[in-house]
Amino acid sequence: MSLMLADEIIRWSWVGDHLHEIWHALVQHLELTLIAVSVGFAISVVLAAIAIRFRIVYQPINALAGVLYAIPSLALFILLTPIFGLTTLTAEIALVSYTIQILFRSIVAGIDGVPDHVRESATAMGYTRARRVVQVEVPLAVPVIMTGLRIATVTTVGFVPIAGILGSDQGGLGTFIYDGLNRFFNTPLFVGAVLTVVLAVVLDVLLVRVERLLTPWIRRARVQA
Amino acid sequence: MIELEHVGKIFPGQRSPAVGDLSLEVLEGEIAVLIGPSGCGKSTTLRMINRLIEPTKGTITVAGKNVAAQKPHELRLSIGYVIQQVGLFPHRTIARNIATVPELLGWDRARTRARVEELMDLVGLDAELGARYPAELSGGQQQRVGVARALAADPPVLLMDEPFGAVDPIVRVRLQEELVDLQRRLRKTIVFVTHDLDEAMRLGDRMAVLNVGGVLEQYGPPVDVLAAPASDFVVEFLGPDRGLKRLALIPVSAAELQPGPAVDAQATTENARAVMQREDVDWVAVLDDGRPRGWVGAAALDGHERVDEIEATRFPVVVQPADSLRHALDALVSSPTRVVIVVDDDGRYLGLLDVARIGKGLDP
Repeated sequence: MSLMLADEIIRWSWVGDHLHEIWHALVQHLELTLIAVSVGFAISVVLAAIAIRFRIVYQPINALAGVLYAIPSLALFILLTPIFGLTTLTAEIALVSYTIQILFRSIVAGIDGVPDHVRESATAMGYTRARRVVQVEVPLAVPVIMTGLRIATVTTVGFVPIAGILGSDQGGLGTFIYDGLNRFFNTPLFVGAVLTVVLAVVLDVLLVRVERLLTPWIRRARVQA
Repeated sequence: MIELEHVGKIFPGQRSPAVGDLSLEVLEGEIAVLIGPSGCGKSTTLRMINRLIEPTKGTITVAGKNVAAQKPHELRLSIGYVIQQVGLFPHRTIARNIATVPELLGWDRARTRARVEELMDLVGLDAELGARYPAELSGGQQQRVGVARALAADPPVLLMDEPFGAVDPIVRVRLQEELVDLQRRLRKTIVFVTHDLDEAMRLGDRMAVLNVGGVLEQYGPPVDVLAAPASDFVVEFLGPDRGLKRLALIPVSAAELQPGPAVDAQATTENARAVMQREDVDWVAVLDDGRPRGWVGAAALDGHERVDEIEATRFPVVVQPADSLRHALDALVSSPTRVVIVVDDDGRYLGLLDVARIGKGLDP
């Protein structure tokens, strides 16, 4: 570490020479994140739909997702490697498994949070169960689901560098972090770390925007209050 | 229009039934109020009609059709439903909330929009509120939206579960009056649940007094229930001032008016004295072209030729035939002459009421 401290914090010439690689890693980081969150969301929607319909399976699913979430990330990558190799698939399986608990719970919590009187009046108006869920309950669950999505996305952005242990195709910006650590060279370390944070913040802000667009009624109500 | 035959409901895990064995008929175009203490099964009964709750026994028919034989969501499209918490959809504008059932029925846009406009007008909501969200409206406005939404597809039957229970008393009375007015025009068959006796009397064509377990203690027009409570339970439920409550339901026109001491302003004081003597009172009402100007006391007549020369004291309150006897009684107790003047819609003197005449209104 002392060697690293002796190094200058950032060598701009290195950044200039590696713009292409940095861009490539950033895009890869984004891809790994989006794929993981999308797949995780799709799986969570299915699991949540089952759990909402059949309450009894909520706890088992939640417990299983909790176990997945509790496995240290490094250990999970290592455990999966003998089966799927040092591949993107291994990385994604691990990343997806971390999103599921957050997303599953937020979807169920969002639907559960729909006031009973709203659900009851929808039923009494003549909604079928399926139509009620899609047209009334899901829109009202959006704020809670979006919160889960934001947490899952930011968390995944943070996990991707750990997947870099599998190789340079799986780590996104993490590749630079490992590179810097291995070579006691601060510049790639900082580039990797800072851009990872920036990516997380940008995605979070974008998701907040999306949430606002999807829930115009919430802001209007606040203004009124 | 709605018929409950030996309907019962036992909720899973409970020993005593929420509703034991209830038979009840609601006629087309009437408001039937279900009233009783908590635990009497009034809400459960209401919800069995649109199958939000499935009865464990008995049959319910609406418009001649057994509700159990219809698909629940299809049955509900023809039954309006209004609840205390309103249950508006927070994510939809007022206009779209009202359009809920038309959308479910697949109406085209133009027809839906026209209907929404018509309904907002009907329940007294500004058209500009249509673009707002429920959270931007007051409680009273939200409840009007709830009523409009329930009426959207013009269902013949309306179920209302303490719809005005959560709004303040002033707004509540106004909403009740609006409902009465609406019902005069629409003639829906309405089942209305409440625990508020005043509300039941104000709205109900008939009221069903329910005891714990859905036991029907009495079913009839509020006036009859008040006049002849069928059981100790009903007596207790109606409370101590049953007579006053009944008076509130009887119009002044039902009472026999006294001609009373009244003279035209042009009459001589001698004439006025004769009228007072005849009526055995010390005052006389002064009429101007048939309209009461006020009254003058016997002492004030001294030294005058004609009644016209004396300034008459205005009657503080006059009542009209459509007012309730309770209103008349209230006016009477605050009047120095201990009588209340009754005038017609044009303000013309019809006669007067005293305590005895008002009390007679309670006689069967």
